[in-house]
Amino acid sequence: MKQFISFVIKEAKHILRDKRTMLILFGMPIVMMLLFGFAITNDVRNVRTVVVTSQMDYQTQQAVERLAASEYFTIVKTVNTPKDAEWMIRSQKADLSIIFAKDFASKKSGAQFIVDGSDPNMAQQWTTYAQQVVANPNVSLISQKLLYNPRMKSAYNFVPAIMGMLLLLICAMMTSVSIVKEKERGTMEVLLVSPIKPLMIIVAKVVPYLLLALVILAVILLMSATVLDVPLQGGLGWIIVVSLIYILLALSLGLLISNIAQTQFVALLVSAMVLLLPTVMLSGMLFPVESMPTILQCISAVIPPRYYIQAMRKLMIMGVGIQDVWKEVVILVGMTAMLLSISLKKFNKRLE
Amino acid sequence: MTLKYLIQKEFLQIRRNSFMPKIIFIFPIMVMCVMPWVMNQEVKNIRVDVVDMDRTTQSQQLVHQVEASNYFIFNGQKATYHEAMKDIETSKADIILEIRDGKYLIAANAVNGTKGSIGSAYLSQIVSSRQPARPNGTLSSERTLNSKLSTLNLYNKGQNYKVFMIPALMGILMMMLCGFLPALNIVGEKEKGTIEQINVTPVSKWSFILAKLIPYWIIGLLVLTVCLVLSWLVYGITCQGQLVLVYLLAILLALFFSSFGLIVSNYSDTMQQAMLVMWFFVVCLMLLSGLFTPVRSMPDWAYMTTYINPMHYFADAIRTVFVRGGNFQSIAHQVFALFCIASVMAVWAVQSYKKNN
Repeated sequence: MKQFISFVIKEAKHILRDKRTMLILFGMPIVMMLLFGFAITNDVRNVRTVVVTSQMDYQTQQAVERLAASEYFTIVKTVNTPKDAEWMIRSQKADLSIIFAKDFASKKSGAQFIVDGSDPNMAQQWTTYAQQVVANPNVSLISQKLLYNPRMKSAYNFVPAIMGMLLLLICAMMTSVSIVKEKERGTMEVLLVSPIKPLMIIVAKVVPYLLLALVILAVILLMSATVLDVPLQGGLGWIIVVSLIYILLALSLGLLISNIAQTQFVALLVSAMVLLLPTVMLSGMLFPVESMPTILQCISAVIPPRYYIQAMRKLMIMGVGIQDVWKEVVILVGMTAMLLSISLKKFNKRLE
Repeated sequence: MTLKYLIQKEFLQIRRNSFMPKIIFIFPIMVMCVMPWVMNQEVKNIRVDVVDMDRTTQSQQLVHQVEASNYFIFNGQKATYHEAMKDIETSKADIILEIRDGKYLIAANAVNGTKGSIGSAYLSQIVSSRQPARPNGTLSSERTLNSKLSTLNLYNKGQNYKVFMIPALMGILMMMLCGFLPALNIVGEKEKGTIEQINVTPVSKWSFILAKLIPYWIIGLLVLTVCLVLSWLVYGITCQGQLVLVYLLAILLALFFSSFGLIVSNYSDTMQQAMLVMWFFVVCLMLLSGLFTPVRSMPDWAYMTTYINPMHYFADAIRTVFVRGGNFQSIAHQVFALFCIASVMAVWAVQSYKKNN
């Protein structure tokens, strides 16, 4: 046991003495949380609007004023012909243009929105908002309600996703690199001839990263509750339990990579290409899984972060009980068991 | 003349590495063939639960219309709102439409804000289009105005998300290949110890750094060509503006990222450090550039950073050329800004390389 602890201390010193990596390890979660929480938003805001009208009568004036007064639109210019407006949109000086027909006031003809459609989703949202502002519906039979996230903050969607990505990155990438580094430098041989069991060496290597991951998890949860105002709806206990399962899974993935890779370069590339890229792209972190073609949905079904992120969204944001996420948890546990047994088996073989 | 030999050396190093040529060719092809399908924010397949308390012909017709719409998947009728909420909690449904006393309530799961708001906007469009004109005319003035508001989508008539994403992918690929490979290059030489051999030769700083940069520009342009051809062959999406402008932008972006990679490489001692630092900056540059989300939605402090973010200028300019068909005049501002940022970085890259340490 004493030997084991001294191995853990040795490994912790490895991590602590690399100042730059430490800085990144702690700086990254904070910066990512700030970026995703504040900067990455799809809110409709500051839409540059051009008004096209040949005569400013009272009705037109009122509609334009309503647009200008709303927080969503800024009127950048008033031009005479739709052609001018189109040129402004083309050269990125405006996003939306509203064209009032000559007899807009007499209600005989209406108005047309010309919108920069290169981003289809935003175009759709801009026109929906503009229509609402111009039409000014005071009475309506339809009422809309946005559940769980009434202010449509993107952070609600991203915080669980960042947790999924960072925990995987730190646990899998850092462990695999630290093991492969010893192999590459030849110091692994030194460790292997020490009286401690080979398996214990690996476990001792993993423990500091496990602690690191827990600290980072705490940082993320604290930040999301205090800085980003993302409420922790569900029970903290289950969030931590599910995260622990996921951390274990990421660590076994790291072990597996370190078994395959012989050099740091390969270990880095494998973690970046095989872990990071699919996590960011296919796990439903940024891009919804249900919009993908079937074949990609099948691939995303075997990506562990997908289930973790789903479970976290339900537990943290929607605040449902554990009985509604048992499916995700069972899949995560299964994957962990499988990866752990494969990597342990492979590890033993390598030492023979 | 020494430059020629140095470049030859770089190309030999790249070619003889078993890994690099594969990455340079297979990675772009994979990304171009798979990613446009993935980076799809199109809102569709929204599962709707209907709670119909009225049970009138009208509400039945509405339900049929929701079923027929290709945005929605009809998940089932529920007896009570509470029961439907249960479906949302287990993620079996995304939106509830409740009909009671001729009034409609749309409740959407907005954990993903975009999906929630666009989904409920679509659904309310369907509902309001079915509203009969009321005889007493309470709603008539609003309704007549609403029916007279029309929308024209420029540049992307089919609302195809791939048109939006493919220029972004080109930028991301250039960033990955022209940024990460140089970043690993000098650090790699440092770790192997071969940099000592260069340091004792009379090769000047400028020609050494240039020899490191030029191969990556060539690779970057090759990759861009592959991207353009693939987007035409696979997706039928072609450049609306002049191709020359696309290449001009690509050269400037490649100049920036390769210089940036070399700077990181010069200041790092190990590959792991270089990778992490690179990754960190690249993610920030990419997320704050407007490639995925509109920059004008950002808070002001984040918007200020886009003034020095080359990726933002690139994203703006390449979409203007590729999607909107703009000419040089409409991107002159971005080209100038990119050029300035890139040259500053190039000078820094040369300055940061020190022969004696």
